[in-house]
Amino acid sequence: MLTYIVRRLITAAFILLGASFLVYLLTASSGDPLAEFRASSAPNRQALMDARIDLLDLNTPPPLRYFKWLGGAAQCIVPFGNACNLGKNIAGQPITEALGFALVQTLTLVTGATILAILIGISLGIVTALRQYSALDYGVTFMAFLFFSLPIFWVAVLLKEFGAIGFNDFLRNPEIPPTVALGIGAVLGVIGAVVVGGAAKRRLIVGGSVFVAVSLILFYFSLTQWFRNPGLGPVVIAILGVGIAFGVTVLVSGLKNRKALQSSLIVVGIGVIAYFAVQPLLNDATGLMIFLLAIATILVGLAVGYFMGGYDRGQSMRAAAITAFLVGALVVMDRFMQAWPSYFNNSRVRGRPIATIGAGTPNIQGDFWIMSTDTLTHLVLPTIALILVSLASYTRFTRSSMLEIMNMDYIRTARAKGLSERSVIMGHAFRNALIPIATIVAFDIGALIGGAVITESVFSVRGMGFLFIDGLQRSDVNPVMGVFLCVAITAMVFNLVADLAYSALDPRVRIKA
Amino acid sequence: MSQPTQEEEILAQQALAEAAGAEAGSEATGGLSQGQIVRKRFFGHTGALIGLAVFAAIFLLAFTSVGAFGIPGWWKYNHTDVSPLVNDGVPTSSLWPLAWGEHPFGQDRIGRDLFAMTMRGAQQSITVMVLIGAIAGAVGAIVGGLAGYFRGWVEAILMRLTDVIIIIPVLLLAAVVGQIANRRDEGSWIASFASNNGVVILGVFLGFVLWVGLARLVRGEFLTLREREFVDAARISGASNARIIFKHILPNAVGVLIVNVTLTMSAAILLETALSYLGLGVKAPDTSLGLLVAQNQEAFATRPWLFWFPGLFIILICLSINFIGDGLRDAFDPRQKKFKAKSAVETTSHSSTTAPVADASKGS
Repeated sequence: MLTYIVRRLITAAFILLGASFLVYLLTASSGDPLAEFRASSAPNRQALMDARIDLLDLNTPPPLRYFKWLGGAAQCIVPFGNACNLGKNIAGQPITEALGFALVQTLTLVTGATILAILIGISLGIVTALRQYSALDYGVTFMAFLFFSLPIFWVAVLLKEFGAIGFNDFLRNPEIPPTVALGIGAVLGVIGAVVVGGAAKRRLIVGGSVFVAVSLILFYFSLTQWFRNPGLGPVVIAILGVGIAFGVTVLVSGLKNRKALQSSLIVVGIGVIAYFAVQPLLNDATGLMIFLLAIATILVGLAVGYFMGGYDRGQSMRAAAITAFLVGALVVMDRFMQAWPSYFNNSRVRGRPIATIGAGTPNIQGDFWIMSTDTLTHLVLPTIALILVSLASYTRFTRSSMLEIMNMDYIRTARAKGLSERSVIMGHAFRNALIPIATIVAFDIGALIGGAVITESVFSVRGMGFLFIDGLQRSDVNPVMGVFLCVAITAMVFNLVADLAYSALDPRVRIKA
Repeated sequence: MSQPTQEEEILAQQALAEAAGAEAGSEATGGLSQGQIVRKRFFGHTGALIGLAVFAAIFLLAFTSVGAFGIPGWWKYNHTDVSPLVNDGVPTSSLWPLAWGEHPFGQDRIGRDLFAMTMRGAQQSITVMVLIGAIAGAVGAIVGGLAGYFRGWVEAILMRLTDVIIIIPVLLLAAVVGQIANRRDEGSWIASFASNNGVVILGVFLGFVLWVGLARLVRGEFLTLREREFVDAARISGASNARIIFKHILPNAVGVLIVNVTLTMSAAILLETALSYLGLGVKAPDTSLGLLVAQNQEAFATRPWLFWFPGLFIILICLSINFIGDGLRDAFDPRQKKFKAKSAVETTSHSSTTAPVADASKGS
């Protein structure tokens, strides 16, 4: 095992050397960093040129310059040396500094989108595999193909136009005309009927009730101007919490496990009481506090499940913990909604909350909630765009993996020995279907850092992709190399992690040491 | 449900064991060559047929309307002609009554015809796509084939080269290469050629970047095929390496190659449009679909058609190629047999490796 890892790392180092040399030469030959001065007619042209030649060491031929650069970069490997030197960009800023800033921007942009895309994609894939060749399956497959073929910059422009500008206009006077409310209700009703499947009568009932419920809720929202003053309140949290408790219990343990259901419901009760208790605390919240509260919530859930016990203590604990986390998320969401009107009327936002570009409103001031809302409103559009584009591959991959597993003999055995369909799917099939998915998830996390070049450029986020493209367009080698180094190292590390994870998850796969 | 299923199962297992790819499946395949079977399966795939038809239509429309390779087309404008604005540039085509009009897709601010520009852009995108597919496929097949067949130091060198290129993210590498392809230094030997055929240079350069994934797949295929009995038989009867590679192994590996070249091509369309959008691909005064979207995104509020039509063509081309690729995969892969929904529920397994006896008891 250790020999394998060491050998992989040594190979990786050599590959990295080769690839970085290649990228360095290619970038250096892609253009002329002095082009803007050659065309200019400024009187101090020669002085400017000399300054840049001096800054970027242009008199050294690129292959030699690469080894100079490598000498500086090699110091990054020395731990605690603080002598990391990746050169300077064309404006004289050290690359390490620029990279640090860009990395934060990129990670805030892509993390949420990737996690959501993975979650949604895997659930869609499993549902379509279980309902192979149904209307839902064909619908999702076609959508997957369509999303797969969408250019992200095109989606982004559409989202800006309809998601941001359209929604902001709507917020000026948030009234939903009755016909639109009925239309949205009808569409969601049809989707509900397709998703639920089964006999025609069942589909009709589900579709009809979804239609009625959605239309009524939209009428209510329109009457109370809910989109201006949104909020959930303890009653809605309690109702939603009970729904979550049932849903989680069905997935985790099945409703037959009464103790699990009871512990989830107790957790919902605690959550509603805690809603009143934590309000003053939440008023001066910080990121760390929210994080600690989340951990405390999960611990409370685990404790409740532990003391309720039942014939399978683990299931009760899991169900209660997941329910607790989700109810906690509802409480936080409610607090965000309470902060919405003050964000909406903020002098910097001026009633147009959904932003089309950037990573934050310039010079905005406020408490934790205002600032977080600001970040979230800036993240909404890029996140949706990224999810749409990356959803398809997860869905297709999970579907085929799940289909393959469902045809295995041990699934038939599990059914034959009388297990419930829930435990066949969640316990036997789903876990094994996740093994190949774990590897592509690892690959994708490795590619995260350099991933969103186009999205960053469309939404003007100054992340890694921006740094790269900007450097490339000015024929500035050092930022390009800095981005490449980060991306390549994470990609290779996660490739290794993926291989190790695969052999850890699937005992049939053995690593050749 | 008893007899045919059972037979099917046994046949599927034979196919698995021999991986011959010919005689599996529920269709009557006796006496047909592999090519005939693949063709039959492909033409039985509705999505792929629709994809093929749509792609053929776009291809014909794009290449005949504004002309290509110096041959004039039937459309009266080309992508650089400026004509007076008709109806402030709003598209003149309508579905009912079906009419084409003077400027079916509308005009931009200075009066260029959007139909001509879109067709020119589609031409460019298709050219780049085909070039990338051809070059990446050829290089990938050669590198992967040599590495997989000869093993030893050839494999070591070629696969390390592949590793080096594969860790550079595609978009980043393509951006660098696109930038190089667009270099217009005076006196450089490609300058005069590139000024007329920039898109060809771009396609060739990108093709030399995108072969790595294909090389890995082809190598894997060659590694399994070279251990098979028919290769041993050919070698014993004195066939040369070249004959074994081209006559015996390549025809068996061609399915994997074609399917993945198609999928590479659909990714290539998006790559080319993305590069042009970022300003690193096709550059003005020439035009491409990605460039059109980039140039016109600011005008969405006033002239939305400038944005809709190029985007629509990107999606149509990419979607049809994806469907063709899906159909090809189903056609070439004997194990991915398409079931009818009902029988899929009743026979739970078709790729299981249990003994036929166990299946027979289930099938009856």
